[in-house]
Amino acid sequence: MASRRNPALIPVLAGIVILAAAASLALGAVPLAPARVLAVLAGQGDSVARIIILELRLPRAVIGCAVGAMLGLSGAVLQGYLRNPLAEPAVLGASNAAALGAVAAIYFGLAQWHVIVLPVMAIAMGLAALALLFVLAGRSDSPLTLILAGIAISTLAGAGISLALNLSANPFAAMEIMTWLLGSIENRSAEHVWIALPCIAAGMALLLCDGHALDALSLGEDGARSLGFDLVRTRRRLLLGVAIGVGGAVAVSGAIGFIGLIVPHLLRPFTDRSPSAILVPSLLGGAALLTLADILVRLVPSASELRLGVVTAFLGVPVFLVHLLRERRLW
Amino acid sequence: MVSVTIAGLSVDLAGRSVLRNVGATLAAGEFVGIIGPNGAGKSTLVRAMLGLVPPRAGTVCIDGTDIARLPPRQIARALSYLPQGRVLHWPLSVERLVALGRLPHLAPLSRMTGADRLAIAEAMRRADVIDLAGRTATELSGGERARVMLARALAVGAGGLVVDEPLASLDPGHQIDVMELLSREAEAGALVVAVLHELTMAARYCRRLLLIADGALIADGPPAEVLTSERLAAVYGITALVETRGAAPLIVPTGRLGKQ
Repeated sequence: MASRRNPALIPVLAGIVILAAAASLALGAVPLAPARVLAVLAGQGDSVARIIILELRLPRAVIGCAVGAMLGLSGAVLQGYLRNPLAEPAVLGASNAAALGAVAAIYFGLAQWHVIVLPVMAIAMGLAALALLFVLAGRSDSPLTLILAGIAISTLAGAGISLALNLSANPFAAMEIMTWLLGSIENRSAEHVWIALPCIAAGMALLLCDGHALDALSLGEDGARSLGFDLVRTRRRLLLGVAIGVGGAVAVSGAIGFIGLIVPHLLRPFTDRSPSAILVPSLLGGAALLTLADILVRLVPSASELRLGVVTAFLGVPVFLVHLLRERRLW
Repeated sequence: MVSVTIAGLSVDLAGRSVLRNVGATLAAGEFVGIIGPNGAGKSTLVRAMLGLVPPRAGTVCIDGTDIARLPPRQIARALSYLPQGRVLHWPLSVERLVALGRLPHLAPLSRMTGADRLAIAEAMRRADVIDLAGRTATELSGGERARVMLARALAVGAGGLVVDEPLASLDPGHQIDVMELLSREAEAGALVVAVLHELTMAARYCRRLLLIADGALIADGPPAEVLTSERLAAVYGITALVETRGAAPLIVPTGRLGKQ
């Protein structure tokens, strides 16, 4: 049941994602003319352009799109599932737990062994948090239990991160942790792409197949179950999808907040407001927003490069102000 | 068309016995009212009929098949359910809300077909909500919202309709609208089961009442046999004027009896 309110929404968003990704390949410290970018993508082009595009900008553009898409989609799914417009991937503790895994890799010096260690530890920690979430939330299918369990895990992981910063004897390690936590997708290599993409693809596949159950949940749990939905299975799929997908995303990008929260809010007015109708638009919108934010990070002149997580946090504020104004009927 | 057979049904919730040994056979075309005091177990009985709470003992069969052996989708297509409270979490349009009733017929990731659209239009016609189609369901008045929620339940196209307190917070005119709508469904051959607190409405429209008190089925029969002053006193703890001149008894509660 796609939105009938705006059939052009998905094509328009897809167009924006493609343009943003193209701009992400062309723009940066060394501006490249579109013709040179196209030549490289076609398998030709000069060696400088090839190195810049294939080894620096392409991984960055792919990761930007994939991470943004995952965060946008999981925000939309969780808002529908928890029936709470303030839900986002962080409420279930997946983001913080994955960040803790990455921080542990930096803290114990394991991250230096190989570029793959940090993302793998982040994903492993995300899955461990999921297991803990199932234990804490038990068999109850109330959204409140799940949110409470998620906040407990999120807080625990946050405390672990603070502890690592606190105990870090080496100021460089502390600095590295801080910088990583601000979130960034610069200097990402093909290895990062190969570890993040399968996780994100698996997470998305799990999240995209329960649109009907999310719609049915508009009528409450009894309403949804009486329409023939097995909510226990739905929940298992959704939580697994969020843990794997967001774990994979955080593993390569660090903690990037607010995308999952604001994208569904921005797009909901263009749909029929049913939870299933914002899934694909949020996926595309997340990809576009993160890619555009990443371009902004590159173009804003500053002493040290702006961090992506900082930019998205600033983007989140006006969105909520607009909602507040609408709620107070001042807009 | 659908019939439901309940046999020896007992349900525990959170370790407390809520229903004990309830049995009844509900046939297609019947309009059955379930009445009883708050907390008697009426909602638990209908939720158990739909397989939403597991029984401790006993069975519920839909057309002779134990629901424990039926997949949820099949139960959903046989019995549609309107829970208490008319819950709606998102500001959907009326048409979109009614369309949710078609979900038991949709395969995952598939879209609605022409047959689904027809069923939605038909349900909206029967519940008289066609004029409201483009409105936002969360902004309707109580009476309009009640009809829209019923249209959602009708859109399932099930042989049975189970509604929990459909008259709550409605004025008398809207109460009559809802009861007449439910009666028409029963006359058309559906099994209609409604949990009700409005005894006079129940007596006037239902052909059969099940009186539940403290988890047990106390009485089962035509309204005039079930609704006697003695039973009202024993079950509800009230004195009531029971006027039986017409076809259906009129019940006017007059006072509260001291708790025995």
